[in-house]
Amino acid sequence: MAQYMFLLFDSEDWYDRVTAEEFQSQMKLHTAFAEAVEAAGAGILGGEALERSSTASTVKQNNGQPLVTDGPFIETKEALGGFYVIECKDLDQALALAKLCPSGNIEVRPVMDTRSGATPPA
Amino acid sequence: MSGGGVGAREVVQLVDEAHREFWSTVLASTVRLTRDIDLAEDCTQDAFVQALRTWPDGVPTNRAGWLTTVARRLALDRLRRETTLRRKLPLLIEDPAAPGDDERPTDPLRLVFTCCHPALARDSQVALTLRLICGLTTREVAAGLLISETTAAARITRAKKKIVAAHIPYRIPADDELADRLDAVLTVVQLVYTAGHVAAGPELTRADLTGRALELARLLVRLMPTEPEPQALLGLLLMTQARGDARVSQDGELVLLADQDRSRWDARLLAEGVSRATAALQQGRGRFALQAAVAGLHVTAPSWETTDWHQVVRMYDAMLLSWPSPIVALNRAAAHSLVPGADLDAVLAELDALGNEPALKSYSYLPAARADVLARLNRPAEAVKAYDEAIALTINEAENRFLQRRRAALL
Repeated sequence: MAQYMFLLFDSEDWYDRVTAEEFQSQMKLHTAFAEAVEAAGAGILGGEALERSSTASTVKQNNGQPLVTDGPFIETKEALGGFYVIECKDLDQALALAKLCPSGNIEVRPVMDTRSGATPPA
Repeated sequence: MSGGGVGAREVVQLVDEAHREFWSTVLASTVRLTRDIDLAEDCTQDAFVQALRTWPDGVPTNRAGWLTTVARRLALDRLRRETTLRRKLPLLIEDPAAPGDDERPTDPLRLVFTCCHPALARDSQVALTLRLICGLTTREVAAGLLISETTAAARITRAKKKIVAAHIPYRIPADDELADRLDAVLTVVQLVYTAGHVAAGPELTRADLTGRALELARLLVRLMPTEPEPQALLGLLLMTQARGDARVSQDGELVLLADQDRSRWDARLLAEGVSRATAALQQGRGRFALQAAVAGLHVTAPSWETTDWHQVVRMYDAMLLSWPSPIVALNRAAAHSLVPGADLDAVLAELDALGNEPALKSYSYLPAARADVLARLNRPAEAVKAYDEAIALTINEAENRFLQRRRAALL
């Protein structure tokens, strides 16, 4: 089994106009996604929705003189709005599951093996 | 072993042939054993070196089998020696559903699908296919694709790292994804052919890349005999190849299909191309089957003028339905302009509508097609301007000279 992080990038304008009902039905899509993952024999190891990127703060280490700035590290049109950590067979299964994920843009990143004795990535 | 010694030069030639024919088979089988592409590549290379050394004493009857056995034995030796180190390396994901025998005819196919995995950049897919399936060195890959050796090496290395780190599986895709994945593989083979066929720079073609692409297409037909699309691609490439000599005049100038001496076409390649295309079309109307149909309509017509342009336009329309692409729309417009009695103003509108397509921005055929229609509409000043645009965009010298001649004829 391999592990992947799904980074969900979406337009935040949605939050400006979303109604309570629409928000609930979006959450139901995530419940359905979780069921689909389980049904595929894969698993969700973790995941959260994130508050808007306007609530983010960034700490830059700045050569020993840490600098705190307002906002996300990278400003993009579609902001990072949530994530999942998925355990599944291989990249093909991860990509198949990402296609079911209720988000407009999903970056799929393999999780690095950092158990004791692991080698640095090639 | 065949009896007696063989001359040194003959052995070099035999090993060379074996390299072209069996490289992917030997490598793919070794990859399955090592689950480490770099190690498998080293051992496959070493097996060919051993062949050069030992075949003068007797050439094995089953050369592919001999090479595979040697490569796998070398790999096992190295795996045994390096176990402690290896245990920590991430390995390729094996397909648990596949049978476990030693000689698996589908091994090269898994290697092909891995090289052309959609999670790899298209450029990397092409470079990796040339390297792993065709057995080209990094230098040859660079020369073929007109990129620096550093760039070629970087593309290959990055792709190999991603295959391992992202756990791209070493397997043939399941039925429900096979069509999409196969299309990606065939696109890579077509890109290899095109890179050789419309080579930039002084020469019009680079025979090695076109030859490699044909071998790849034949390999795919052999590995997937029941799939119509590889058959269609092979037919398409053969029909293009058959016209190769006629594309260049005695003094090295580009000759367009319209002006080619059809008696110079290679009849043997054409016959095979047409029969492959026909067989594929009987089974389906995929993207490559339709492209092969267009090529077939061209090569079976006695002359440019008598080509069944109505039917050509119909094939492009069918392509546009399933695969809307500005390049297909451009080809459709060009074919439309040749239908006897076509409304050229309508064709011009069709071409102008494509003017804003980002995919065609640096494509010399669009202004070249506009120039041709404008010239036929008797608007020479605008035609000259369109030829200027086309000339500025072409990277092929023979094509450049051709466009210059057409432009000069209007002045």
